[in-house]
Amino acid sequence: MTLNRRHFLATGTAMAGAGLLPRLGRAAEAIKLGSILDTSGIFDAYGKPMDHAMRLAVADLNDSGGLLDRPIEIHAYDTQSDMALYAQYAQQLTRQDRVDVVHGGILSASREAIRQTMRRSNTLYFYNVMYEGGVCDRNTFINGVTPAQQVEVLIPHAMKQSGKKVYVLAADYNYGQIMARWINKFVRDNGGEVVATDFFPLDVADFGSTIAKIQSAAPDLVVAPLVGGAHLSFFRQWAASGMKDRIPLASTTLGVGNEHKVLTAEEGDGIMVAYNYSQQIDSPENEAFKAKWEAAGGNATEINEFAVSTYAGIMTWAKGVRQAGTVAHDPVVEALESGLSVTGPSGKLTVDPQTHHAIADVRLMEIRDQKMQVLETLPQRQPLDTQAVCDLGANPDDNTQYEIDVDI
Amino acid sequence: MDLTIVILIEILYAVASLALISVGLAVVFGMMKVINLAHGEFMMMGGYATITAVNLGINVFVAMLIIAPLVVGAIGLVVERLVIRHLYGRLVDTMLATWGLSLFFIGIATVIFGNTTTGISTPIPGLTVGDYQINGYNLFIVVVSVLLMVALYLVLGRTRLGLIARGTMQRPDMASSLGYSPERIYMATFFCGSALSGLAGAILAPLVGLVPTSGGAYIAKAFITVIAGGPSLIAGLVSSASVFGVIDQIFTFAMSPVIGEVALLIAAVVLLRLLPQGITARFFRGRM
Repeated sequence: MTLNRRHFLATGTAMAGAGLLPRLGRAAEAIKLGSILDTSGIFDAYGKPMDHAMRLAVADLNDSGGLLDRPIEIHAYDTQSDMALYAQYAQQLTRQDRVDVVHGGILSASREAIRQTMRRSNTLYFYNVMYEGGVCDRNTFINGVTPAQQVEVLIPHAMKQSGKKVYVLAADYNYGQIMARWINKFVRDNGGEVVATDFFPLDVADFGSTIAKIQSAAPDLVVAPLVGGAHLSFFRQWAASGMKDRIPLASTTLGVGNEHKVLTAEEGDGIMVAYNYSQQIDSPENEAFKAKWEAAGGNATEINEFAVSTYAGIMTWAKGVRQAGTVAHDPVVEALESGLSVTGPSGKLTVDPQTHHAIADVRLMEIRDQKMQVLETLPQRQPLDTQAVCDLGANPDDNTQYEIDVDI
Repeated sequence: MDLTIVILIEILYAVASLALISVGLAVVFGMMKVINLAHGEFMMMGGYATITAVNLGINVFVAMLIIAPLVVGAIGLVVERLVIRHLYGRLVDTMLATWGLSLFFIGIATVIFGNTTTGISTPIPGLTVGDYQINGYNLFIVVVSVLLMVALYLVLGRTRLGLIARGTMQRPDMASSLGYSPERIYMATFFCGSALSGLAGAILAPLVGLVPTSGGAYIAKAFITVIAGGPSLIAGLVSSASVFGVIDQIFTFAMSPVIGEVALLIAAVVLLRLLPQGITARFFRGRM
């Protein structure tokens, strides 16, 4: 066969066309969503519901035709509660899988382990967990409430129920330390006084002497940002010594891992908390969410704050993509910065363009019969703590976690 | 005045709970020279046995004092038959084997009960001491520990069974030549040690939130107490638990629980430097 120009062009065009054909024939290329969560190991009580929520959100989007007429494909990695695996899987997600967005991270340590990898590779990152505040990074969107949103609401309410002398018991790591400073600030702002603050390593399970010390200080209120299974003993021993009816108790952490279902009703009743989500929220969105959760093979009693934040985080991202008309990084960030909002099981969540944190409804609750009963909803609270130090509009290249200075 | 009483009760409770978490290990390690790194997991299983039994509607005291020791004792029996009996006299090998067992038990418990915190509430109401409220359950633990020590003393010191057990631990060849089977006596002793660990885990269960890895919190304290106690089983246990419990609580009250733990560990180091063979190698010699 001799090859003349006409022949070459003809076959060439045909081959090129053939090369294009499969693309036209099959559905549009999938959008890749990366997820990185501890679904085994000691933090799996948090990670498993988050993973379920992530899959539920993606299934919801795919059932309604996908995003921009493209299906969403999940690339999920289990970090096994091992911080070293976060760095490794973050590389995998950004370099090999080349995902369009990453949702995940649970502990603050895990977030900081992957945040810079996401930033360097220009991969949009969503952190869907309540945390200590202060992260300022234009590549990162944060969907959990910060201390100012939570404590600012909880402390005045709890002090109104009790009195001005407050005793603080906090977990001894960065969350507890920072939280204790915020509690101190809001107690003073409301005209009260912190009589003592005790910190406990995460494995302390014996609070007998602490309970005696609290009684000799005779406070009007005890605030307890305690974390994990060992610290749960405090609430149990507090009730067992009959203190529960003498001094009211408030917590910034009890219930996030559904701990109030582990305590009996007698042990938990009356403890005051403030969060974005409770299973008891009476709204059509929450009822629909619980029904969907069960339909997807979950148990609605395991839904927690983090799971709802994850669901809403994915929905926020999806709305940003729809508005931008593309999954490309910069247009999506700009769309999200337009101050868009989604309404989910926990109410309306709005992206704060200045900090990339969420403006969220915060609910005052009281534990009753192993449920978190909502007493009052305070709509659209601003993340004031992070706003005080972070302005991504004025300073878009910022890349720090500020330690917010609460003067004591 | 009220505060003094409260502090005294807390100190008594600290001593009692140290003795309680160490007694199973004292039998298995102190008597049998098996380094049982799965001691904490035996306690954890005692806790789960109690919680499961209570959830099935069984009275909490029956669950704690009878069911949990029997269940954990039975598990200990299986472990002894399958693993430990091949390793008597091989101190380092028992350490490796029981460490493997501890990981195995954590895994099994995670599969069965999940990795979430569980618990039951304390069955005894609080007590009023003057202006103070204290946990009535702490007194229960003190009473149980005292009874346990007395019972152990009577069994080991006043009964023929205890005599045979102690004799076998010292000279298995002599016991054997007198017609006793050391193998069966070892088996029975390991059963008792496991059951005591299970009992300790059961009694502490209502005070804590239990997860499959809870055992890790007890293992270090139990070993420190037993090693610092020295060769005499009961006198060693009571004396070292008293020293550490008092130091821990004094520093906890004066400063914080963290300092209390630190003080306990420093006391252990100093004590072992001064008395490398344990308290009862110098004092209370020849006691049980």
